[in-house]
Amino acid sequence: MEAVYNLYAPLWKLIGLEYHNAIDVAYTSLVSLGVILGSTFGILFDVLNINTPIFLILSFVLKTLAIIVPLLIAVAYTTLLERKLMGGIQRRTGPVVVGAYGLLQPLADGAKLFLKETIIPSNANALIFLASPTVAFILSLITWTVIPFEKGAVYVDINVGVVYILAVSSLSVYGIIMAGWSSNSKYAFLGALRSAAQLISYEISIGVVILTILACVGSLNLTDIVLAQNHVWFVFPLFPSFLMFMVSGLAETNRAPFDLPEAEAELVSGYNVEYSAMTFALFFLGEYAHMALMGSITSIFFLGGWLPPIDLWIFNLVPGFIWFGMKVTAILFFFVWTRAAFPRYRYDQLMRIGWKVFLPISLGWFLFVVGIILAFQHSYLL
Amino acid sequence: MTVADLAFYFFAIVAVVAALLVVVARNPVHSVLWLILTFLSAAGMFVLMGAEFVAMLLVIVYVGAVAVLFLFVVMMLDVDFAELRAGMAKYVPIAGLIGVVILMQLTMVFGSWHMADGAEAARAAVTPDAAEVHNTKALGQLIYDQYIYLFQAAGLILLVAMIGAIVLTLRHRTYVKRQDVLAQMYRDPASALELKDIKPGQGL
Amino acid sequence: MDDLLREYLPILIFLGMAVALGLVLILAALVLAVRNPDPEKVSAFECGFNAFDDARMKFDVRFYLVSILFIIFDLEIAFLFPWAVSFGTLTTVGFWSMMVFLGVLTIGFAYEWKKGALEWE
Repeated sequence: MEAVYNLYAPLWKLIGLEYHNAIDVAYTSLVSLGVILGSTFGILFDVLNINTPIFLILSFVLKTLAIIVPLLIAVAYTTLLERKLMGGIQRRTGPVVVGAYGLLQPLADGAKLFLKETIIPSNANALIFLASPTVAFILSLITWTVIPFEKGAVYVDINVGVVYILAVSSLSVYGIIMAGWSSNSKYAFLGALRSAAQLISYEISIGVVILTILACVGSLNLTDIVLAQNHVWFVFPLFPSFLMFMVSGLAETNRAPFDLPEAEAELVSGYNVEYSAMTFALFFLGEYAHMALMGSITSIFFLGGWLPPIDLWIFNLVPGFIWFGMKVTAILFFFVWTRAAFPRYRYDQLMRIGWKVFLPISLGWFLFVVGIILAFQHSYLL
Repeated sequence: MTVADLAFYFFAIVAVVAALLVVVARNPVHSVLWLILTFLSAAGMFVLMGAEFVAMLLVIVYVGAVAVLFLFVVMMLDVDFAELRAGMAKYVPIAGLIGVVILMQLTMVFGSWHMADGAEAARAAVTPDAAEVHNTKALGQLIYDQYIYLFQAAGLILLVAMIGAIVLTLRHRTYVKRQDVLAQMYRDPASALELKDIKPGQGL
Repeated sequence: MDDLLREYLPILIFLGMAVALGLVLILAALVLAVRNPDPEKVSAFECGFNAFDDARMKFDVRFYLVSILFIIFDLEIAFLFPWAVSFGTLTTVGFWSMMVFLGVLTIGFAYEWKKGALEWE
């Protein structure tokens, strides 16, 4: 094992991983990968797909469970992945006490949060206060209905999958605004306002980047988008879009270095300062599910979804959902790495980069790509 | 009753009840939240009609953008509810009058409303079968070409809205120090630093 | 028509189950966990003093401006969606009408840039 580590020692050193951490990290990554993609097995659960309405509904109920349950476990293990990785990068060990290599840590955390007291502040608006984490949680789940884990392994394959994703993610701002407003606390209110402004600013550049992809594919269906990358992943020809999408994705999911809504130094924790126990856990689960979702959207749009890197027989032996899971895990790794490596942005810089850099560049790049596609089309015609 | 009918009645009832609660709710923020529910059930009805793209756009534009603006405005209003309720009795007659007038106008509109000749045929002809062309593509082939003037008018309206919003709300505070990123980047040591050789014991 | 419903009905099922799960988690925690509130615990978080009054105060009008600009650009993107999907099959008129539309909005964008509406302070 150590020999394997030493083989790539410079690479690990580059990101600051010591030997004992590297093993932990590999372990945890494998687990989280396995679980994220276990969900696919569930989707393959098509045995009950008979055309009687009762069986149809039953099969969809089972499929729903087959997405939600593995997703929640994967989200729990993503938190472990994050803590282990952060530990590795900061030369600590991270959680090691609960279970071997700290593998039971997420369960312990979950049990702790479940048994703690739910505090409802006296001057809060109780109903909305309890509803907003639920809304945030639900919204982070229902986007997964259109994500194709593999060819054919998708819950519903709607024609307008891309717009559906945008629609649901444009709703996610409500969980935050409602939380901030109903808590009736200054920090929560300010955090919610900031977060809302940040989310809507970056949604525009995400929208334009997605338009670029659509111009290349000509369909709003996510399966079509993946299949269009059969020859080359979009990350290569559309690299600027990929960069902007990743950065906007960090801002959309409120991750460092754009985690201003919860800047602990100034806003103590932002919109969720008044939340405790299960209400907090729902926000937390929602945030990490959103992160995993961002990873899968990125891999569908840019990294070829379930497609292997090259069309070789040895790569084709590996099932598609494993490829998909590896890509999602790689992007989650990138998210955590960014968090460990960069200091937090200042709010005016954040808004500037969204409106003054990403918006014009992404629009210009979109028109450029459209122009190139048209030029090629016409040369074929002539 | 098929599933589609059930879904229609579900969305319709939710939309009407939520719309009623928008008006009735005491707290304006609650009103906005009910309004969002109304929009969402309207989107559901669009899906039932087969207009999935329009349904998603309704959610993106109205729920994701317009209602956020409403929430901002409503949260910014410093409404004193006790005072509002106190003034209620004074305004009831006027409000009632306005309500009656609007009701009369609505009855007049609905009373004289009838379908234009050939409207049914025109409506059927516009949309191609959903199985052949996705309605997003069908929409794309219509609005930029056939409805070009309306489309350009929409662009102009957006421009006016943008300029109007800036003219109405933008107030520059003079005492704020702003960051000029380009100036920062183009600053070099030659222009920003000056080296002075100071002899020991002399001071500056 | 029926195909379309078959695609969207599962989303309703999923939504229903997600709502149920969220509610169960919240309510179970409310029922199962200890509840022992006292005035200090349930007061709003503040650094050292009691909260003065309602925290929902007036805030910078800039948030309002940002959300108006967001609506406008969101609509622009909404108009671009059908165009981006079908521009290969569009007529020349269709292509250039979108260019004019974008040109008009670019004028607006340049105006707000010049006015400093995009600057945060």
